[in-house]
Amino acid sequence: MLAKRIIPCLDIKDNRVVKGIHFRDLKDAGDPVAQASIYDEEGADELVFLDITASKQKRKTLIELVRRIADVLTIPFTVGGGIKSIDDIYDILKAGADKVSINTSAVKNPKLIEKAVFEFGRQCIVVSIDALKKNEWYEVYIYGGTKPTRLDAYEWSKKVVELGAGEILLTSIDADGAQKGYDIELTKNISSIVNVPVIASGGAGTLKHIYDVLTIGKADAALMASILHYGKYSIREIKEYLLSRGINVRPI
Amino acid sequence: MKFTILDYSVGNLFSITNAFRKEGIDTVISSSIRDLYESDAIILPGVGSFPAAMKKIKDIKKILIEIKKEKYFLGVCLGLQLFFENSTEGRTLTQGLGFLEGRVDELPDNVKKPHMGWNKVNDKGSILLEDVDFSYFYFAHSYIVFPKDKEIIRGSTYYGVEFPSIIEKDNIFGTQFHPEKSGRDGRKVIKNFIRKVRG
Repeated sequence: MLAKRIIPCLDIKDNRVVKGIHFRDLKDAGDPVAQASIYDEEGADELVFLDITASKQKRKTLIELVRRIADVLTIPFTVGGGIKSIDDIYDILKAGADKVSINTSAVKNPKLIEKAVFEFGRQCIVVSIDALKKNEWYEVYIYGGTKPTRLDAYEWSKKVVELGAGEILLTSIDADGAQKGYDIELTKNISSIVNVPVIASGGAGTLKHIYDVLTIGKADAALMASILHYGKYSIREIKEYLLSRGINVRPI
Repeated sequence: MKFTILDYSVGNLFSITNAFRKEGIDTVISSSIRDLYESDAIILPGVGSFPAAMKKIKDIKKILIEIKKEKYFLGVCLGLQLFFENSTEGRTLTQGLGFLEGRVDELPDNVKKPHMGWNKVNDKGSILLEDVDFSYFYFAHSYIVFPKDKEIIRGSTYYGVEFPSIIEKDNIFGTQFHPEKSGRDGRKVIKNFIRKVRG
């Protein structure tokens, strides 16, 4: 049976991890390569790197970083943040990433999804959706959750899958960083209307939050940042808890 | 010993190259006739689509068929699928290498596709699985193989249906999962293949 995935997310700015991990014996806490390697050894099923650097030099340094990360990892990883073109995707995959995650560019230019899927296969094209709860609906936001689009998150999810996206990385803007639990309703609804895997993101604060989103929320994978980075739980603790509650995860 | 990674894709070849390098093998990424003749083992990597890959190797298909008994082969994901006679991936039926009898078709519609993530491989006497601990491997695919000869199925996995996840026949080895992305157990699969090639 397919295992539920536990995926640490690292935010990268100017080649450094922005939210550092509080690991005891890690010499350089801001080095993404060292952190990636630790999560790999601890039993993470995948990693996501979100590059939030805004400079013009970005692409070159990002490619170099992807190569260094690929060199140490034995698990798959996804790179996202500011990807605009087929050339961007080509460079990132060629440097050793397994998937790319596109967000703002997918909204502004939905054809990019189609083209990317044709070029590289749907298994490496993740569309990332940031959704904010309104009264009766969820609105899609772009530019790091700052700009509303008028797009309905449910409609947009269906659309990106039609265009060929192989996976949806779904972040609840309300829940993100609050550590009060994933948005179960949003995750469950989107997971039920699309026939591709859904990675739930935003809100993990307790082990039960993770359990809930993988069961009631029907998520295929749970993405998390703070809960791991600040050492509240280790990947082993998360996996042992999930196993004890009957969830199939990859043994470590 | 010469290990060649067959060059037919535009995706990530770094991981597979790196996985072999970590076991002390410097691979060559190539589709030149000379490299193929000189190789002890040829690796068919797991990125791209069936029709696109067959199109890229159409000029060397004959050579590959000619040397299929003399070299060791390892097919990963799409690479495994290329060993078979044809695939329904894409708009029309595409002919494969035909090293093995059988076809390639899509996973059933009652499951999410791609089959993405870690799943268990049930050992059916696989050489590649020797010394493996948990037998969980990373998958990322929507198509599966249907071999005519069931004896060559040396590992199987459940996802909506029970499908072949390891194929072994004489000098031909294939995995539907990505050993180069599957942590410690994945490394062991690569090691086992190298050991086999070295004899």
